[in-house]
Amino acid sequence: MDYATLIEVLGSTLRLGTPLLLACLAGLYSERAGIFDIGLEGKMLMAAMASGAVAALTGSAWLGLGAGIVASLIFAMIHGLASITFRGNQLISGVALNFVASGATVLIAQTLFHQGGRTPPLSGDARFHGIALPGVEALSSVPWLGPFYAKVISGHSLLVYLALAAVPLTWWLLFRTRFGLRLRAVGENPESVDTAGVSVIRLRYTALVLTGVLCGIAGAYMATALQAGFGREMTAGRGYIALAALIFAKWRPWYALGATMLFGFLQAIALRPDVIEGTLHMKIPVPALDALPYILTVIVLAGFVGRAIPPRAGGQPYVKER
Amino acid sequence: MSMTKYLLGATAALALCAGAAAADPALIFDLGGKFDKSFNEAAFNGAERWAAETGGSYKELEMQSEAQREQALRRFAEAGANPIVMTGFAFGDVLNTVAPDYPDTKFAIIDMVVDQPNVRSVVFQEEQGSYLVGMMAAMASKTGVVGFVGGMDIPLIRKFECGYAQGAKAANPDVKVVYNMTGTTPAAWNDPVKGSELTKAQIAQGADVVFSAAGSTGLGILQTVADEDILGIGVDSNQNYMHPGNMLTSMVKRVDLSVYEAFMEGTDLETGVIVSGLADNGVGYALDEYNADLVTDEMKAAVDEAAAKIVAGEIVVHDYMTDNTCPVE
Repeated sequence: MDYATLIEVLGSTLRLGTPLLLACLAGLYSERAGIFDIGLEGKMLMAAMASGAVAALTGSAWLGLGAGIVASLIFAMIHGLASITFRGNQLISGVALNFVASGATVLIAQTLFHQGGRTPPLSGDARFHGIALPGVEALSSVPWLGPFYAKVISGHSLLVYLALAAVPLTWWLLFRTRFGLRLRAVGENPESVDTAGVSVIRLRYTALVLTGVLCGIAGAYMATALQAGFGREMTAGRGYIALAALIFAKWRPWYALGATMLFGFLQAIALRPDVIEGTLHMKIPVPALDALPYILTVIVLAGFVGRAIPPRAGGQPYVKER
Repeated sequence: MSMTKYLLGATAALALCAGAAAADPALIFDLGGKFDKSFNEAAFNGAERWAAETGGSYKELEMQSEAQREQALRRFAEAGANPIVMTGFAFGDVLNTVAPDYPDTKFAIIDMVVDQPNVRSVVFQEEQGSYLVGMMAAMASKTGVVGFVGGMDIPLIRKFECGYAQGAKAANPDVKVVYNMTGTTPAAWNDPVKGSELTKAQIAQGADVVFSAAGSTGLGILQTVADEDILGIGVDSNQNYMHPGNMLTSMVKRVDLSVYEAFMEGTDLETGVIVSGLADNGVGYALDEYNADLVTDEMKAAVDEAAAKIVAGEIVVHDYMTDNTCPVE
């Protein structure tokens, strides 16, 4: 693999890793607060459809992003209502929401646009286009660094940088603020938080709001930046890969960046069988590469690479003692 | 409930028309969907043309998963639909088992040969049309690299790729053809994100003309072609209108005509195998106001000459499906 090819693959990695990163951070907030969220996929799908539809109708990518976040928030709140307020089973609620999203997105898009559950192709201001970061020109003459900066770092859409910025922000929020301490505590030992006089219910809902917003951005990125419009099942299991990445990252923000970018890299390299063959001098079937994220996660879960311990109160609805 | 409704409807219609061709035809779309702007949409357009001209109505169904195929066929057959037309090779096996159970119903399948007495099989000589657009791609390419992105990795799509490569090499022996398949499952017909990334990867390898033969995945491929300002080639339907200025041409396959003709013949559908190619305009390249500026006179002359030679038998384009090999890389 020569340097130019590597740069192309890394650029592709960042593009494909971004929706995984956003969804993974979304899952991080909710699981750290003790709410398992298998419905990341459904929320992303709803957001993708809403942002694609609104961007097509208004011609504004920003309004599309807003609509995507709202749609995802609605689903997050339904999940909250079912699993926090009514203390239902979190996994069942999440799976149910995924099914609803799978059908509802196609139904709504078909009713609005009559294009077989697809939203019309977006162009111009209705999409987030790649932006060139300052200094691309100045660095272009520098060997190695110049092309790396121009192709890998620069030239992505704003939402990619937003996702990257969300990593340190999440770390700071979770590990350096009072809110973060309480959020983590509510996922480990909600009784102690309750004893301290802080509302478990409110904290968990707040976590789900953050989850909703991040899933909304992820969906909008799929429909208005990565692609030009929504298509049926366009998230294609990314919500589940993000959950795998979350386990792989052991519920930590910086690890989440590493895990999602690794999975993004695997997706990117799977698109270049010629590169794999040239580097390893053997053919690897594409499905084997597609399965790697899950295999890696199983290896982590089996305890080969340290231990992955989920938040202790995860999956259990909180019942106040009387 | 709905079954009863259909049966009642069919009985009533039979009673009214007393033996005349009363049954509505039916059309089943393969995965990828009715509005893929390509293969299935061509079939839909053919059916719509029939409906507009005859004032008739037809039943239709979009496949959502593999498991529905047999159920869908049997449902339509039992509801009295006749003829039943289906798009896509994937119906082959199912139709082979279902067709003998309904000897009075006529079936038509596109892109596959099913050897049953009540089935019409329509297959196209895609290699011929692909050969022509391959020539155009090689002539339009400035980098000397042309790309091909296929949908599901099946012999049929290899046939497109092989014809394309042969045409490209014929126009310019030094041209390099890079090709990728989107996947190995039917989901590969409906993965625009992957199509888009594959196209970006091919552009990175120097390709400046990309032929998309991938159903709905092609929407992502052609979008990227337009975003990156290179040239794209559409497939099955005439897709030139999608991105004017970036669409070199489209390899059209007259699926619409096949559906239209099958519907027109109705219950008197003649069964057997129909092979449609350049000679009867079943395949070809699209030229319209959207790509007129991109197709030079030289290009058009060369392609038309090659087309004439293929029809006359002077050029024989190798069909990948005859021996599952391609003479050119």
